[in-house]
Amino acid sequence: MAKYSVVGKRLPRIDALSKVTGAAIYSGDVTLPDMLYGKICRSPYSHALIRRLDVSKARALEGVKAVITADDVPGYKNRSPLLLVEMAHLAQEKVTYESQPVAVVAATSPEIAEKAVGLIKVEYEELPPVLDVLEAMKPETPPIYPNLYTNFIARPPTDKDSKPSNIAYHMVVNRGDLETGFREADLILENTFRTQPVHHGYLEPFAAVAKAEANGRVTVWTQSQGAFSARGMIAEFLGLPPTRVNLVPVEIGGAFGGKSFLPLAPLCALLAMKTKHPVRMEMSREEVLRDGRPAPGSVSTIKIGVTKKGYITAVSATFIYDAGGFPEMSHTMFVRGNTFSQYKIPNIKVEALDVLTNKIPVTYYRAPSTPQSHFAIESQMDLVARALGMDPLQFRIQNTAVEGDITPSGETLPKVGFKETLERMAEYLNQKGSLKGKNRGRGLACGFWHGAAGSWGAYVNVNIDGSITLVIGVTDVSGSRTSVAQIVAEEFGVPMESVSVVVGDTDTAPWASPSVGSQTIYSLSHAVYRACQDAKDQLLRLASPRLGVPTSEIFFANGHATAKTNPTKSIPLTALARSSLGFRGEGPVVGRGSIAALPPAPSVAVHAVDVEVDKETGKVKILSYAVAQDVGLAINPLSIEGQIQGAVTQGIGWALMEGYVFDDRGKVQNTTFLDYRMPTATDVPMIDTMLVEVSSTTGIYGLRHVGEPPIVGTLAALANAIHSATGVRLKTLPMTPEAILKGIQEQGKQ
Amino acid sequence: MKIIVNGREYEVASGPATTLLDVLRYELRLTGTKEGCSTGSCGSCTVLVDGKAVNSCLVLIGEVEGKEITTIEGLSQQGKLHPLQQAFMNEGAVQCGFCTPGVLLTAKSFLDSNPHPTESQIRQAIAGNLCRCTGYDKIVRAIMSAADYQRG
Repeated sequence: MAKYSVVGKRLPRIDALSKVTGAAIYSGDVTLPDMLYGKICRSPYSHALIRRLDVSKARALEGVKAVITADDVPGYKNRSPLLLVEMAHLAQEKVTYESQPVAVVAATSPEIAEKAVGLIKVEYEELPPVLDVLEAMKPETPPIYPNLYTNFIARPPTDKDSKPSNIAYHMVVNRGDLETGFREADLILENTFRTQPVHHGYLEPFAAVAKAEANGRVTVWTQSQGAFSARGMIAEFLGLPPTRVNLVPVEIGGAFGGKSFLPLAPLCALLAMKTKHPVRMEMSREEVLRDGRPAPGSVSTIKIGVTKKGYITAVSATFIYDAGGFPEMSHTMFVRGNTFSQYKIPNIKVEALDVLTNKIPVTYYRAPSTPQSHFAIESQMDLVARALGMDPLQFRIQNTAVEGDITPSGETLPKVGFKETLERMAEYLNQKGSLKGKNRGRGLACGFWHGAAGSWGAYVNVNIDGSITLVIGVTDVSGSRTSVAQIVAEEFGVPMESVSVVVGDTDTAPWASPSVGSQTIYSLSHAVYRACQDAKDQLLRLASPRLGVPTSEIFFANGHATAKTNPTKSIPLTALARSSLGFRGEGPVVGRGSIAALPPAPSVAVHAVDVEVDKETGKVKILSYAVAQDVGLAINPLSIEGQIQGAVTQGIGWALMEGYVFDDRGKVQNTTFLDYRMPTATDVPMIDTMLVEVSSTTGIYGLRHVGEPPIVGTLAALANAIHSATGVRLKTLPMTPEAILKGIQEQGKQ
Repeated sequence: MKIIVNGREYEVASGPATTLLDVLRYELRLTGTKEGCSTGSCGSCTVLVDGKAVNSCLVLIGEVEGKEITTIEGLSQQGKLHPLQQAFMNEGAVQCGFCTPGVLLTAKSFLDSNPHPTESQIRQAIAGNLCRCTGYDKIVRAIMSAADYQRG
């Protein structure tokens, strides 16, 4: 008999019906009476001083209800915009990237708003942009911000001698003795790898609707991965306490980390408060690509020392991330937990830097910093295995860290299924057999993700019809509603149809951390589980006298509370819920559950890809793709397979075709889906998934983080496969047909 | 100007140079049709015009006068889901759901003309519809399974 009856089942998403019928409401679908339309005036320069900003003509245009600039933002009076992260930054005195918002208009029609934007007069004094991270890091390069010191953003540094810098953050971790480690090595290999900025490519552009309420509060409808964090950010921008803002959840049309960023909602809320009208703002795809915060490009250098027998003795690595024109979100902090935790490395030094340039600022994208770092790490692991003449899979198994090992950042490694996933993949490939055929190659790579954990609450109502309502405060970006509904159904012994999940607005729902870091189901499930137990305790107290058995002798199944010793003694939940309201009851059955930050339950995914490279054109055809991932326990395998397949496809885009193109002034050149090419159905094969279940000790039922790990290994897996197929090693992404062809031609010359 | 949407006739106030997408979303408030790019390269706004899938962001309302338009709101009939809708739910082909209406309508138009598709034909057929969540795997399987179901 299966351990669980609902958990572990391949069930359709509970939100699917509203989505296949077009009934689901997204931010852009919200319409209010008497609504105004907001539009942003953006900088044409990537680096310039604002000499004069004149909005008088725009304000005078008929139909224009408000024009705001940085001077009108209450939040900027309290805090430096440099510290108001993940939201639109109206330029003050200077612009630091092309398309930075300079002013915002609200008017009675989108056409008038657009016209008003054209009437805004801005005099710029263009400055030379700095576009290359290595250039930007040099001490002689002028700092983009005069008040930004490394690790001290917009506040005085501790060291009085320090100078403003374009290095926003700098992190170093050290373990063991590097010199000894490299001395012990028989082979030392060093390489530098580069990746380009890439966009999340969510299909839904940003949109927001805001309405000022009569009591001085403001209601906002917008897509956000974290309703409560968004509420806080909007409030900070408006200079209000957080509870003066109510954020209403709507469906979110793809996020992948990119929709913690709020490019519209704070502006929209400010316009609504100024005009006393509801205001809608929407971004075009072009605006999304110009100002929709992509993932950073990177330059990573890795030096590995190994013995002849293939044991790693030392690693030194530097990861540099291109932050763009704003110290938006640090990527270095993720390098600490996510690099080299998977391998046993006695001597190691890891450095990471976020460096400002005058390009589009960045934010987090699915396993932030880690696809970039693992492109370098796992490419380098492959190169070392080749140099040693070892099987790349065996080389990894041999160097795998185990539970209790200390990671480079000093953490004690919990149990992670490194060996189990590698062995599962070895078994799969063994069955599949070796790849035959000309110009074909197989690539392997691992992807590690440490995971995050926040604080979450949940309420459970046991309704008088015996159904259960779960109230949570987090937008569903990954099928979370369905998975937590499965937990509720499991715990109460009711069918899925009896469970409904309500994502409340921030006025009514319990606190929820943002849905980031693959933590949602992993962490939220604890709060949900506890809320279920709380409600069940109440039901047990109601059932015990009625069944005439102690509470410890009662179980829940088939919508009933039943005596363990005598299954004929049974009472339906509906009767218990009703009785709770009567004289002998305790009042409505309401369960409450909360959880503070859990230790993370890291996950690993092993990738194997077979490719065929056309040597005439350089085009890569992906013949097959397989991933084995340690998921702890699969609450809904259908949903997890979808996460893996989607992540891999994003990774394929990152590796082979996607990438921002800038001109020599830092202006984005590809602003449509025609020239920012993402994978279509014809670019990818079916993607085989193997869900390996090595229980975590911290997750309910043994759950782990799931959604981000499967993108991490994709980039190197493809680079390694292309190497196998052609003998050409590409260390720079994207590996376009041109790049591959160039590699093949250069190889021919040698 | 009159247009027929999901079997119902509407008198449209927008000018003939308004896109079909804007009329559907903003005048008729049929918001199931989504705008992802407005340049005809993502397929999120796909609707059927006389049974053929088109990007409604590229069609002006003046071009579809008197024609039969089907949007996602009209895909189920008499409260019964179209086999494609059922298959998309069952196979896990729906994640964020933003591309879903467009993919469903493209798939309907495709299966109507090709009831015995191969995997490769399905992939070709939906190549104009971007999906960023699913990796297309489960979408392709869902279309295959709906085709099986429709053949009985």
